[in-house]
Amino acid sequence: MAIVAQETKFARIFWPVLAWIVALIFFFPIFWLVLTSFKTDADAVKPEYLIMFQPTLENYLNMTENYDYWRFALNSVITSVFATVFTLFVGVPCAYAMAFNPSRHTKDVLMWMLSTKMLPAAAVLYPMTFLTKNFLGIFDTHFLIILVLSLINLPIVIWMLFTYFKEIPKEIIEAGKMDGVSTWGEIRDILLPLAWGGVASTALLCFIFCWNEAYWTVRLTTTEAATLSKLIEGNRAPEGLFFGRLSAVSTAAVGPIIVLGWFCQKQLVQGLTFGAVK
Amino acid sequence: MKKLTLPGIALVATGLASHALADGHAKELTIAIVNNGHMINMQKVAEAYTEETGVALNWVSLEEGVLREQVTSDTATGGGQYDVINIGMQEAPIWGAAGWIEPLAFGADYDMDDMLPAIRNGLSHDGTLYAAPFYGESSMVMYRKDLTDAAGVSISDNDSWDNIRAAAEAIHNPDEVYGVCLRGKPGWGDNMAFITTVVNSFGGAWFDADFRPQLDSEEWKAAINFYVDLLGTYGPPGSEGNSFNEILALYNEGKCGMWIDATIAASFLDVDGVAYAQSPNAGNPVGANWLWAWAMAVPSGTDNADEAKAFIEWATSKAYVQAVANHPEFGWGSVPTGTRASTYEFSEFKDVAGFADAELAAIGSAAPEATDLKPYVGVQFAAIPEFPQVGSAVAQEMAAALSGAKSVDEALADAQSAADAIMSEAGYY
Repeated sequence: MAIVAQETKFARIFWPVLAWIVALIFFFPIFWLVLTSFKTDADAVKPEYLIMFQPTLENYLNMTENYDYWRFALNSVITSVFATVFTLFVGVPCAYAMAFNPSRHTKDVLMWMLSTKMLPAAAVLYPMTFLTKNFLGIFDTHFLIILVLSLINLPIVIWMLFTYFKEIPKEIIEAGKMDGVSTWGEIRDILLPLAWGGVASTALLCFIFCWNEAYWTVRLTTTEAATLSKLIEGNRAPEGLFFGRLSAVSTAAVGPIIVLGWFCQKQLVQGLTFGAVK
Repeated sequence: MKKLTLPGIALVATGLASHALADGHAKELTIAIVNNGHMINMQKVAEAYTEETGVALNWVSLEEGVLREQVTSDTATGGGQYDVINIGMQEAPIWGAAGWIEPLAFGADYDMDDMLPAIRNGLSHDGTLYAAPFYGESSMVMYRKDLTDAAGVSISDNDSWDNIRAAAEAIHNPDEVYGVCLRGKPGWGDNMAFITTVVNSFGGAWFDADFRPQLDSEEWKAAINFYVDLLGTYGPPGSEGNSFNEILALYNEGKCGMWIDATIAASFLDVDGVAYAQSPNAGNPVGANWLWAWAMAVPSGTDNADEAKAFIEWATSKAYVQAVANHPEFGWGSVPTGTRASTYEFSEFKDVAGFADAELAAIGSAAPEATDLKPYVGVQFAAIPEFPQVGSAVAQEMAAALSGAKSVDEALADAQSAADAIMSEAGYY
């Protein structure tokens, strides 16, 4: 008993300390990014100004005055929100069908969907540019970016939702069916309330992926639908990296998503650990 | 008749909307720029151009590599994404020869003869100008004359490397100031820009007449041994991580006694006692100072070629220099330099640019033409499509030699092997 008590005491101290250390390691780049964003480009590379320095808003002013930050931010919001909504609109019924009415090919279909993520994006850059610019005429539009972001994230979203839905006893859905509930009613009134944590965390992750996507949003846009990824990309100068300026743009780009994650962390943790302990 | 599905309707509607938008904005130019101070300033100065001509300007700032990628994929799919693009001296003759950018010819008022000959030649292919220079630069020595005077040494134009080493030794006091600061960060446009000028000055070259790499030559060995010794002994620690920005910060902090780099750096120096000298050499002055220009070109396939050329004509004209000088936010200290002889004749410019004469002399003496020693066009690069790949691979090896991770001989042997593989695979031999 004494040994058990000792272990418990050790564990009580060790695990929180370890958790703090890991958390600090993960948080440090964000902290450094924000700190550097308040330094001038010259101070940002001086070792003596690592922590103590004269803070300045110069980089943020430069970002809004010279780079039209708000236009890029608005495009990021529009494309990420609509892509997330559209992905869930398609993903939820797909995952529902595969979780509760599986066929013998369901697993193969799931694997095939996931395999599309293995295609190197650069391999289809030319056809994508050609199709969207010359054939469909939708190059550099919100519609294209929403479509591309949705299609990129759909496999992951369906997989995640499928996993959450599988944790819900099939009998509950069948009971609803016996009571005469329609398919849409089953999804809306039975499935979604039960899997709300999983759906919320899936939506949040999908939104984060959309927000951070930088390959297609840079290459399939010019001015109209360019997102914050393109703003960051454009701040890499031929003379090298101006760390102060770049840090301010990056902070302003990741800031909204960090705030969103902070407020939704309960749902996020709930969703990510859904079904982890039975 | 088949019913149109919702996505189908959305697709058609968006397509029609895009078409309508394109027709409605006929007098609109989309300009892809690299992110440098002069180009950012241009966005404000060009507001007057829009007011005067009615041509709306959309600016897209892109990283160099992404800009190249977008322009090449745009060209491959028929063009039209950009009307004006920023390109450098490495690409201009190659892209011109490939037909990716349109030849440029301007009216008599443009005064093509005012353009500095070295810059004009570097942006031309077979005598045809393919990109109009926005600003140009060479390289030179920027040293603290107060320190050299105090140490009893002097630095002169086109000095010998031995004397540069002696001067660095004399002013080196690591607690306060490093004898010399040079680029060490790996990159074909970073450490290799400077290293190539050193190699040139030792009589070396990247390739022979068959485009076989020459990195295992005695000239390269002598040049790299000298560079590693000079920077390793009298330079700041961690120089393999230093490029233009890092050294500029060190210099303005008073930590560098001497810096050999782009002439454009002189306009950012903020310390007293700076003097300038033409680049040193080890007996071969040809290629000892580099030549570079950021220029504006019209990609083939744009529907607005005439408007694009008219804009470039304005943006690279004498009138543009005056417009920057007269702009309330800028002035003579912000005018783009290194492109036109007339800029250097303005007394107002000379009053604020103490480096003007040295810069003009450096650009004038830069020699990008092919020679017997260097059978390709370009000073700090070779104007061939494979050079960025070769230069980047070699740059890593040179940084390894500088940091001590490899010996100079090992680094050069590995660099030769990497360059040989790239050139062989590209089909040169």
